[in-house]
Amino acid sequence: MPSPRWRRALSAAGEAVWPPAAALGLSFAIGAAIVAAIDENPLRVLPLIFAPGLGSADGFARVLFDATPLILTGLSVAYAFRAGLFNIGGEGQLYAGAFLAAWTALALPGLPRPVALPLAVLAAAAGGALWGAIPGWLKARFGVHEVINTIMMNFLAVGLTGWLLERFLQEPGQMIPHTPEIPAAYQLQPFAQGPGGAWLGLDRANPLGASLLVALAAAVAVGLVFRRGVEGYRLRAVGLSPAAARYGGIGVGGVTVRAMAVSGALAGLVGVHEVLLYRHRFLDNFSSGLGFLGIAVALMGKNHPLGIVLAALLFGFLNTGALEIDIFTQVPRELVVVLQALIILLVVSFGELALWRRRRRRREEAA
Amino acid sequence: MIGLLLGTLRTATPLLFAGLGGMFSERGGVVNIALEGILLVGAFAAAATAYYSGSPWLGVVAAVAAGTGLAALHALVSLRFRVDQIVSGVALNMLAMGATEFLMWIFFGSGSNSPRLDSPGLPGAAGRLPVELPPLTLLALLAVPASSWLLFRSRFGLRLRAVGEHPEAADSLGLPVHRLQLYGVLLSGALAGAGGAFLSLNAHYFVKNMSAGRGFIALAALIFGKWRPAGVLGATLLFGFAESLQGHLDLPWLPVRMVQLLPYLLTMVALVGVIGRCRAPAAVGRLFVKD
Repeated sequence: MPSPRWRRALSAAGEAVWPPAAALGLSFAIGAAIVAAIDENPLRVLPLIFAPGLGSADGFARVLFDATPLILTGLSVAYAFRAGLFNIGGEGQLYAGAFLAAWTALALPGLPRPVALPLAVLAAAAGGALWGAIPGWLKARFGVHEVINTIMMNFLAVGLTGWLLERFLQEPGQMIPHTPEIPAAYQLQPFAQGPGGAWLGLDRANPLGASLLVALAAAVAVGLVFRRGVEGYRLRAVGLSPAAARYGGIGVGGVTVRAMAVSGALAGLVGVHEVLLYRHRFLDNFSSGLGFLGIAVALMGKNHPLGIVLAALLFGFLNTGALEIDIFTQVPRELVVVLQALIILLVVSFGELALWRRRRRRREEAA
Repeated sequence: MIGLLLGTLRTATPLLFAGLGGMFSERGGVVNIALEGILLVGAFAAAATAYYSGSPWLGVVAAVAAGTGLAALHALVSLRFRVDQIVSGVALNMLAMGATEFLMWIFFGSGSNSPRLDSPGLPGAAGRLPVELPPLTLLALLAVPASSWLLFRSRFGLRLRAVGEHPEAADSLGLPVHRLQLYGVLLSGALAGAGGAFLSLNAHYFVKNMSAGRGFIALAALIFGKWRPAGVLGATLLFGFAESLQGHLDLPWLPVRMVQLLPYLLTMVALVGVIGRCRAPAAVGRLFVKD
């Protein structure tokens, strides 16, 4: 028999795991019902979503590639949330980061690689940080809620980068406006084209590259900030109670601006993935909601770095699998977007249910 | 000039519907950023119904019903399951986007747009108005005084505002807080759904993701209009004007793409309080939990 302490630890772990697990199960059950409703066999279609990622090293590397920007946007949401801030401006921040990275690369073509690469990574982070810091400052200085301002700044980022692109950087005669290719010194090459690519079993066209390492390093760094150090303590204090934090001598305004800047920088690092590794250029309107998916990833991962990496992996599987069901079945690939939306709705709903149950039990124990 | 004016009214119509809708939700204290998804779902429901039934007006009814349905989901998740209202809205927007694209394949066999649709007209002599205004635009304009009456003159409006300002006080007076909030959210769904119907039926096509951020512009208009019907009307006309400048304005020193960012910029400026005080309902976004 396990001792009471073990049992309590086990039940606590269970309480952390059951809401996402149940949400996942119910989402796939609803997905199965939808598939059945349009006369396809759910037992054939749903496994297809996971087949490519689990089938080969190359497939799994593609899942990791799709997961990379989601790790970054998920961390971005979680970082701001630690300070009680809701950053739904990841979309705009990653545009700002990607654009500034591309612009830096095109403006300074002669730099040697050891200077060029870190500079471009820094530019991506700085673009995002600036775009995040503005709503942070508006909140700290004028008390304006960050949600509305981050929404507005998403549109401003897409519009402004598009206009700057058209006006100053566009390669002429293109259907979708984009910049010229960035200089070779700034480009990251996919692992598949490096020396170990064949050894890892990757196809030559596999896009996975060093941006994954950047995302994982960011996850470790965010974990360290949350766990240790003064800044993590300040973030949490402000997140739990700004009034108490202020009474305790913490500069709430400064923490707010910094939290939004770091959150924006994490989203801006998506520019490393999109511009330096994947496309080697900035493309108008390139992101289809990566910033918003970050909110889903952070919720699913319970704002914990490890949870976020796992949740991003799950969403990576779903995105990679979307192609598969498009090719091999009559089911539209948008089934995956429906599944992702259902997963968020159910994860948060079940999460709240678990919270009530815990509260009620505590009240019963107290009585 | 008349062209620009009519263009402004047309582009303002879905914004006006959605903005007035958002007003009822937020006046009751519930943030509804699902307006974007409601517009999209309304547009799709109108298109599918109008296409298969052949009646555009039936399409409008379907859009109102679908919008109300999605709003009901928002109320269920955020009021009953107590999920954060922003989170619920983000998820519902995703759901609307995925579901409409998915259903486009099923209903229209295409991933990009629907077949051609008729827009709703007025039967008989009533159709011969001096200027060519879509009937849904007229309805949206009529909805402004109607909303004003409902919000400021009716018993429901007074109670809704009380709930949005101070739910605990409203509760202590015996008002059913959550039920009133539910009505506010449902009303927002119905109105924004009608806005969605205008989007697809008056463009004669449903196009993938055709709401294209209009739900968020409507939210901006709601803030810029200080949560009042007349203010929302003014803001949506201004924002509609900015949007319909495309094609009418060709000045090398004033890029249209920048003019179209004006609504977002103005909203941020307004929130800081440069253009007079602009205060949200006091309890907006905060869930009331009865002990």
